[in-house]
Amino acid sequence: MDASDFSVSDIEDILGHHPYGSDVSLIAVMEELQARYRYLPQDALILLSERLGVPLSQVYSVATFYNVFSLVPRGEHLISVCLGTACHVKGGDKILDKIRRELNLESGDTTEDYRFTVEEVRCLGCCSLSPVVRIDNDTYAHLTQERVPKVLKKYQPATGE
Amino acid sequence: MRILTLRDLEMAGARGTAALYPSQTKIMVGMATCGLASGAQEVYDALLNEVSRQGVDAVIRQVGCIGWCCKEPLVDVLSPGKPRITYGEITAKRVPKIVEALAQGEIVKEWAIGRLDGDENLIEGTKRSYLADDAQVQVMNQVPLYKEIDLFKDQVRIVMRNCGIIDPRSIDEYIARGGYLALYKALNEMSPEEVIEEITRSGLRGRGGAGFPTGLKWKFTRQSKGDTKYIICNADEGDPGAYMDRSVLEGDPHTVIEGMIIGAYAIGASEGYIYVRAEYPLAIEMLTIAIQQAEEYGLLGQNILGSGMDFQIKLSMGAGAFVCGEETALMASIEGRAGEPRPRPPFPAQSGLWGQPTNINNVETWANVPVIVARGGDWYARIGTETSKGTKVFSLVGKITNNSLIEVPMGITLRQIIYGAGGGIADGREFKAVQTGGPSGGCIPAELIDLPVDYEQLTQAGSIMGSGGMIVLDDRTCMVDLAKYFFTFLKGESCGKCIPCRLGINRMQKILTDITEGRGKEGDIELLEQLAVTVKGASLCGLGQTAPNPVLTTIRYFRDEFEAHIKEKRCPAGVCRELIEYSIDAEKCTGCGRCVRVCPQEAIVGEKKKPHVLDPALCIKCGACYEVCKFGAVVLS
Ligand SMILES: Cc1cc2nc3c(=O)[nH]c(=O)nc-3n(C[C@H](O)[C@H](O)[C@H](O)COP(=O)(O)O)c2cc1C
Ligand code: SF4
Ligand code: FES
Repeated sequence: MDASDFSVSDIEDILGHHPYGSDVSLIAVMEELQARYRYLPQDALILLSERLGVPLSQVYSVATFYNVFSLVPRGEHLISVCLGTACHVKGGDKILDKIRRELNLESGDTTEDYRFTVEEVRCLGCCSLSPVVRIDNDTYAHLTQERVPKVLKKYQPATGE
Repeated sequence: MRILTLRDLEMAGARGTAALYPSQTKIMVGMATCGLASGAQEVYDALLNEVSRQGVDAVIRQVGCIGWCCKEPLVDVLSPGKPRITYGEITAKRVPKIVEALAQGEIVKEWAIGRLDGDENLIEGTKRSYLADDAQVQVMNQVPLYKEIDLFKDQVRIVMRNCGIIDPRSIDEYIARGGYLALYKALNEMSPEEVIEEITRSGLRGRGGAGFPTGLKWKFTRQSKGDTKYIICNADEGDPGAYMDRSVLEGDPHTVIEGMIIGAYAIGASEGYIYVRAEYPLAIEMLTIAIQQAEEYGLLGQNILGSGMDFQIKLSMGAGAFVCGEETALMASIEGRAGEPRPRPPFPAQSGLWGQPTNINNVETWANVPVIVARGGDWYARIGTETSKGTKVFSLVGKITNNSLIEVPMGITLRQIIYGAGGGIADGREFKAVQTGGPSGGCIPAELIDLPVDYEQLTQAGSIMGSGGMIVLDDRTCMVDLAKYFFTFLKGESCGKCIPCRLGINRMQKILTDITEGRGKEGDIELLEQLAVTVKGASLCGLGQTAPNPVLTTIRYFRDEFEAHIKEKRCPAGVCRELIEYSIDAEKCTGCGRCVRVCPQEAIVGEKKKPHVLDPALCIKCGACYEVCKFGAVVLS
């Protein structure tokens, strides 16, 4: 999905189920936008600032402060590689490197075909299963470099989704 | 259906009891995040299928995490009149055999890992036996009781009393185990001041890290003047390697909610927030259900239990920023701003959320409250040490045999935790240190293994209690690398508001990177120590003030490892990539070719069934060959 898919009615829709008023949570609304587009389209943020009466500078400050928000489009599947302490001591960084190599990601976090975005997270709360990787809503426990290609394959088009 | 009287509460409890101990067999699957990640959903589906296929009279329920994470997925079977049997490491394939055994009134002994003959209702101080008088359970008796198993024998479960026992989506089951009785007692028999007095007497201290006395904090907020008062539950659980709060929220959300309602009554607050990190979707789901149920029962909302008290709870989601666990940053985040801490005073008790008096406590702190109110402060204060009362939940992870979540009385020694509950170091390696307190804490070395775990002792050792993450390290963990890891983490998480924190952490991270990559210089250790003093002393919030701790304790206890990196350009643990090399031991290599297949560089060559060779010039040191070799033929030097 890209920015052209964004529509005013989407924002109205999201705002619709948040109560208006002083304590409508900007972050909650932005989280929904992020969930829908996998990033925050610029036009959406401008519209949001107008609708909520929050200065655009504050919207931007929030968008850049928190790790879950992205200002650039992200891939269809989000790969979250845990680099929390438990995963770090069990070689989480090696898993990350392996995933990046498998996806030919030399720089940047998103593959050219926008199929995958790789992000580092610091603890998914499954530390007893380290090293842990989450892809979308699936969590992979005790992952090894050797198993990485097989896991990624599940999200590749060839095998059908 | 609103609950107004004790009788209403008892009726809900009776429904819960019927669900907890049904007249037919009950099969329970541990379906917290860790269970699901291990395949609990497939097991659950297979059970549904198999039970109906074999026509067995059984209900299948989901429960939270009992803490036996290394044996996940867990399936428990409770047949009327018989003990509850826990099966470990169950896959969908193993399900038919379990159901078959069940149909014949038997068990599958080889997968049965634990047995419970009854349970305790901690709130009411009563015990329930599962066993019928004439129970024929000889085979089952060969399965060890939980209290005979190393992982459980030293545990005292207050916060986790319901985890793995009740279905977290059932308020009735929570009530059946004494839930909301403490709230009833507080509203009907105690004044707000008496509640605070009880909490103070219990000696409860904050479980979020700093260990501030909870009763005192409540008293300050109660005495503070303001139009509206707020209470907050801090469920940001940012400490990487810790998941106590997640487990409690997923396994027993009502204990946190009940704690908060009692707190609101004591403090005089009318609104509450639970701030949950975005990484915990299941906890958010369980809380959403629980809040809705409590509202339906009139335990949240207006005129709670007919007492005239109004109180509501809202959920607020984090967005992936560690510093938002800090209380003032957290409040900024709820208000919809970037989570930057601000100077204190004023403390939240005077001016917190939207400038109003606010009381913030951690998940585990709140979860203790119902038990303290029900059993009394004196009862609680009998557990633990002089200055640290009650229990603490720890996530025992890293290079430990039993990766698990345990709740133990304060004052227990590290040895009891690591070699008792934890079952010692994994793969027969050597214990090196245990990291506590996350990025604000430090590493406690093996020689302090007999240290009793309480707030003061851990601080004296250079670490902190923190929120309860215990990451066990073995001889293959590099302490310099670990220190660098924490600084890399903090570099990304410093909000950047104050210069000592932003630049100091950055600088320290660079020095540590240089050391681990072979560019360390004489004097680096001293420079790190100097910088640590500045960052500690001149930073605004706890993140900066405690950031140097991980490096200070590692220098204090593992100076020789720093020196090996700096002077000899050597990583004794074999971790730092620039300082290690892989090669193949021709004597041990069988030429199986597995390493060839995993090597991304084609750096390993050799004929089938003949010793292979590794070209160090091509090797990128990913360690894939080392991980897969079954013969120990890949050597790390
Ligand atoms: C950088 C930083 C991160 C923190 N993260 C958490 C956290 O994730 N959870 C938590 O309960 N407290 C955290 N705290 C502590 C809180 O500021 C606060 O002291 C605590 O929530 C108070 O609750 P308690 O008295 O029950 O411990 C953090 C503090 C700092 C400085
Ligand atoms: S100490 Fe660091 S994290 Fe805390 S306010 Fe200052 S810059 Fe931000
Ligand atoms: S450290 Fe990776 S899940 Fe917690």
